[in-house]
Amino acid sequence: MTEVFVAKTGEMASGDRRIVSHAGVEVGVFYWEDTYYAYSNICLHQGGPACEGLLMHQVQDVLRPDRSFKQQKFSETEINFVCPWHGYEYDLKTGRVVADPARRLKSFPVHIRDGNVHVDIN
Amino acid sequence: MTKTNFNIPLSGDRSMPIEGFDTSLHLKHAADQAKARGFDRFPIIDVDSHHYETESFSEILEYLDDPVLQQLAKTASASRHGAFGMLPGNIGYQDMGGRVARYPLRQLEKTGPEAHRDITLTKRWMDALAVDIAILFPTPMLNLGLHPQIEIEVALSRAYNRWLTEKILPNDPRLRSMLYLPFNDPQATYEMAKEFAGKPGVLGFMVTATRNRAVHNDAYMKTYAFLEEAGLPLGFHASYNWNDQTMAMMNKFLSVHALGFAISNMVHLTNWVINALPVRFPKLKVIWIESGLAWIPFLMQRLDHEYYMRKSEVPSLTRPPSDYMREMFYTSQPMERPNDIRELEQTFRMINAPTQLMYSSDYPHWDFDVPSVIYDLPFLSEEDKRAILGGNAARVFNIDIKEKLAKSI
Repeated sequence: MTEVFVAKTGEMASGDRRIVSHAGVEVGVFYWEDTYYAYSNICLHQGGPACEGLLMHQVQDVLRPDRSFKQQKFSETEINFVCPWHGYEYDLKTGRVVADPARRLKSFPVHIRDGNVHVDIN
Repeated sequence: MTKTNFNIPLSGDRSMPIEGFDTSLHLKHAADQAKARGFDRFPIIDVDSHHYETESFSEILEYLDDPVLQQLAKTASASRHGAFGMLPGNIGYQDMGGRVARYPLRQLEKTGPEAHRDITLTKRWMDALAVDIAILFPTPMLNLGLHPQIEIEVALSRAYNRWLTEKILPNDPRLRSMLYLPFNDPQATYEMAKEFAGKPGVLGFMVTATRNRAVHNDAYMKTYAFLEEAGLPLGFHASYNWNDQTMAMMNKFLSVHALGFAISNMVHLTNWVINALPVRFPKLKVIWIESGLAWIPFLMQRLDHEYYMRKSEVPSLTRPPSDYMREMFYTSQPMERPNDIRELEQTFRMINAPTQLMYSSDYPHWDFDVPSVIYDLPFLSEEDKRAILGGNAARVFNIDIKEKLAKSI
């Protein structure tokens, strides 16, 4: 396990991310609503830079009481990061593939110590 | 002029300012895959890739012969910020709301004066994917066959072909094309093939499949005969047309894209084989481009099923339709990846993939495939992988490639 420096605490605003690497392993570290998340930067689809794309809230259908379609909306709580190659979406809080939750990106522990954010890469 | 920044609108009243874009960085993981798999050991030929010809539209319009049409096109383009006054429009959301960010960010990429911007951008992705030779097709012009003014399709496709064969292809031997045929005008189609056959970089000719013309019309026979005699392949490049009455029943881009690209080629292939064109032109190489692969086993089984009962309708066929289909050629992208890999293996077996399938990336479009999509398939031998990634295309197009041309990045 190797501890890799990511940023100083307070340096990343909510929605920011850093890509760090060690020994050929690329990791995307996100900061979102007071929490850090870290995942492998290799998309499970074709190997694109999964953590380098947009952060987009989950799209949801809105149905009327009679189950007819009213509109779509963005979730207020579910947020995804999107691989920029083909649009594969990953749940930011779990790393699971939104379209296939049985699959997930490898996650990495994030530590804050002495005012610095580190990620453990093995 | 290259823009310097772009603000991508996001969900939740957010936006993401971007100050630059670099294809080589965007595709760095593809370059890493190429190194890890040793793609420097064999040639890779991409049989279906794209450029955005509308980015060079002002240059292309200079090749229009008709001065009135040229003036009309220049004015329409200038006042509409692009080619939209000249080309049939197409509803679509290829960039998925900006999620596939290279669409909006492409305009930020910097290129130098050493080569045409089109060439520089194309070679950047080719090097990243370890592609040695790429067959380039247009993008917005894929729907030019839907233009209600047939003379516009003829004039604009000829201007594009002239621009491509004078400004782009002669300046880099790694770039090739199958030139656009204005299929709505059979005589112009024949003349276009005759005029451009043999030009540098021209490996064959291409018909855009989104159109309402039957490929078995007798007016096309002399074109097929010419291409057969010249040894030049004929490709049918799929697309979608949301204005088509069948497609218009669907409300999602996913639906229209998934079915449109397959159906457009299914219709033409059905006409091709049921009207015995493989019997009439046995040496003409026909390629079905950008429809994926899953539709082929379906169509084989469907046509064979009816063939055995209704043989009297197709007296010229001496074998079931699937036999002829197995002798045609197919490009790989967008290669469906079923959860059960045995389904894909079965498709490969049914189409004789080791000899009939040719890798294509479709880059830079949203559903592009990297070469590892083929190379990593567990059921292919190393020999078959290399054939699909380059060997089959070299044979079909008579490409003499002795050394790796892609530069490692």
